[in-house]
Amino acid sequence: MTPLLRFESLGKDWFGVPALRDLTLDVPEGAVLGVIGENGAGKSTLMNMIGGVTPPSQGRMLWRGEPYAPLSAADAKARGIAFIHQELNLFTNLSVAENLFLDAFPRRRGLLRPLIDRRAMREAARAVLGRLNLDLSPEREVGTLSPGERQLVEIARALHRDAALLILDEPTTSLTPRETERLFAALDGLRAEGRTVIYISHILGDVRRLASRVAVLRDGRLVGEGAVEEFDVPRMIRTMIGRDLAQVYPTRSAPPRAAPVLEVAHLSAPGTVEDVSLTVREGEILGLFGLMGSGRSELARLLMGLDPASRGEVRLGGRPLLGGPRARVRQGLAFVTENRREEGLMMDASIRDNLTLPALERFRRGLALDREALADTAQALREAVRLKAQDLGRQPVRALSGGNQQKVVIGKWLPTAPRLLILDEPTRGVDVGARSEIYAICDRLAADGAGLLVISSELDELMGLCDRILVMSRGEVVAAFDREEFEERRIVAAAFRQAEDAAPGAAA
Amino acid sequence: MSRDALLDIVVRNGAVLVLLLIVLAFGVLTPGFLVPESLGNVVKQASFIGIAAVGMVFVLLTAGIDLSVGSVMYLAPLVAGLLMREAGVDVGVALLACVATGAALGAVNALLIVGLRVIPFIVTLATLFVFRGFGTWLSQSQAVDFPDAVRGFGLGAVLGVPLPILVFALVALLAHVVLRHTAFGRQVTAFGNDPLAARKAGLPVRRIEAAVYVISGASAALAGFVLIAQIGRLDAGFGEGREFDVIAAAVLGGASLFGGVGGAGSAVLGALIIQTVKAGLVFSGVNLYLQPLLQGGVILLAVFLDGLRQSRLRLLRRRVIRPRA
Repeated sequence: MTPLLRFESLGKDWFGVPALRDLTLDVPEGAVLGVIGENGAGKSTLMNMIGGVTPPSQGRMLWRGEPYAPLSAADAKARGIAFIHQELNLFTNLSVAENLFLDAFPRRRGLLRPLIDRRAMREAARAVLGRLNLDLSPEREVGTLSPGERQLVEIARALHRDAALLILDEPTTSLTPRETERLFAALDGLRAEGRTVIYISHILGDVRRLASRVAVLRDGRLVGEGAVEEFDVPRMIRTMIGRDLAQVYPTRSAPPRAAPVLEVAHLSAPGTVEDVSLTVREGEILGLFGLMGSGRSELARLLMGLDPASRGEVRLGGRPLLGGPRARVRQGLAFVTENRREEGLMMDASIRDNLTLPALERFRRGLALDREALADTAQALREAVRLKAQDLGRQPVRALSGGNQQKVVIGKWLPTAPRLLILDEPTRGVDVGARSEIYAICDRLAADGAGLLVISSELDELMGLCDRILVMSRGEVVAAFDREEFEERRIVAAAFRQAEDAAPGAAA
Repeated sequence: MSRDALLDIVVRNGAVLVLLLIVLAFGVLTPGFLVPESLGNVVKQASFIGIAAVGMVFVLLTAGIDLSVGSVMYLAPLVAGLLMREAGVDVGVALLACVATGAALGAVNALLIVGLRVIPFIVTLATLFVFRGFGTWLSQSQAVDFPDAVRGFGLGAVLGVPLPILVFALVALLAHVVLRHTAFGRQVTAFGNDPLAARKAGLPVRRIEAAVYVISGASAALAGFVLIAQIGRLDAGFGEGREFDVIAAAVLGGASLFGGVGGAGSAVLGALIIQTVKAGLVFSGVNLYLQPLLQGGVILLAVFLDGLRQSRLRLLRRRVIRPRA
């Protein structure tokens, strides 16, 4: 049988550097193909070729046996290929229904033909949302939806276009476990309908759960391919990195000390955080676990001075922590934001400019900046975080892979010698290899005496990295676990318990 | 009603409230301002800036800007006036020629912006001078008198509604329907929200971006014609500096310079606010030389209030994960 999509000896060079080499692979009709590989392995390049964003330098693609050489996103769409990218492509100022129908609005009849038939649009939107069991008003403005809801709307958009091939790139990074399950159920439904899916993810368990076939890329080559049954998670990792990754999480090089770095007492903000008290000690890595919307990120914003607290006290190294972000950074706080593209990095500025930004004041000599010292510091930081980059002064951060971008976000805080580093989802969209390097950086910072507050929705990560884990739910800290008490079932139960109790109508 | 809900209403309808406040303030300061006749005059005068501001809203929605509208207001009616004088065409044809010229000038902007990928600010700054320069050369910097038929048209009224107000209302209504209820209008709104996503979604982004400049040019031309039709004479300096009134009106009414926010109502409200302030200052006998200063002050104040409104809206949109205490 002719495969839906076939890659024949595909290759791509960027200025002589191969991004993809001699790749031959079939995507059979009705398959769910999981594509895995470290960042920079060539997944994005391959997807961009399918999407008509970059043409291949060698080889060709066949769509249902016919040569397929898309010149634009429109060509891919015309064949029935729908992309769901890591960054969502929704319009926050339009309604859910308008987002679904933006390129093909239902029209009124007769003289009113130029006008949109809002009623028909609403009904059709409701039907599509219904297929995903998504209980959303089609009239809701997308800007008011949670990240998870937006992701599902994006999938609804692909569904409504009746895509023959659905390509999902890291779709679950911003979803709660429940939303993830809903997405998976929807994908199961699509598979039952005989639709073809390419699923790209760093979460290998998800790939095992969803895919029927697995393709592994490394350094631009296809290094493994087969039925999902042949690929257990250890084999996936081995194939991806070309060696055994003995230990993703570091052995902690020093135990936490006794002196507290951060003391939070009764911190509250109306509507988000309620009466949170916690302590981070020197050299301690404290994990903050909770479902999406449990108040973890809101707590981080309060600590950073980005939002005002209504009550409570925060002390850093014994002194009250006051003022806005700038004042707090000066006192020794650092914040690695969950949203590196929008808040953590200047994407089009050079790596060097990004790395040296928080400590820029130190490089002042008179009115000018000491360019040489800047370059030296950037170079030192590159080695400290093992950044894989070509030219710190010229290469924009945008050109780095996700893992390396994250290393820049962390690296830029190192010269400020933070006493407390808050990391919000530090490894989102980061591959296994870069992950373990990021964990190693965390360990080194802690060993040097800094306190770390790590916020994550991946429990594995917190259990592997942290000395203690606090669980938040609905803005409150509901449980605390020491390392020897770590047990996945109990921690998840703590995160869910209150969320389950607080059904609509229940008292807060 | 809770305090929050009240505040919510206030911030969402900021422009309307500013307008009401200004009208009331002048009403209290100057007896005789709050009568139908002078208010009607304000609306009539506002129609000039207002019609052009409606076109500007399309441009602002895409996060673009059109600085050339003041020159289009001059050049397009000039072409119509010369046609009438030299070729003896009648008013209807002249009006069409004027709007077509405006659209063509807008197409020049569009070509440079979409075709050559030069940023709108620079392109329209250049065409501001080019269009006016071309007009000055065409007219030899002489004023052009329009035939009497034009004044008959400009000062006409339908069912007691003066023609400028009628045109303004029709243009605003048409723009509202286009922006809210047609695919093109929603796509313009989407484009300004995220141009990259619009391209990925397969929208005809080049066509969308080009169209808004054509619309802006045509609106500016129509605005110019409507005012000239009342005066009967086109002076060489006509429309100079008006681009700022037009942009200020659209922004005052609630359109954002960053794209994706605003509607036809923004242009209407903003034009009324600006014109009320101008008329009110004249009416209350404020020193002529102080008036521009005060006008600037009002614009600053309104933009400041808009900033407050935006941050308040952001706050309201923040996710709340537990009931407020």
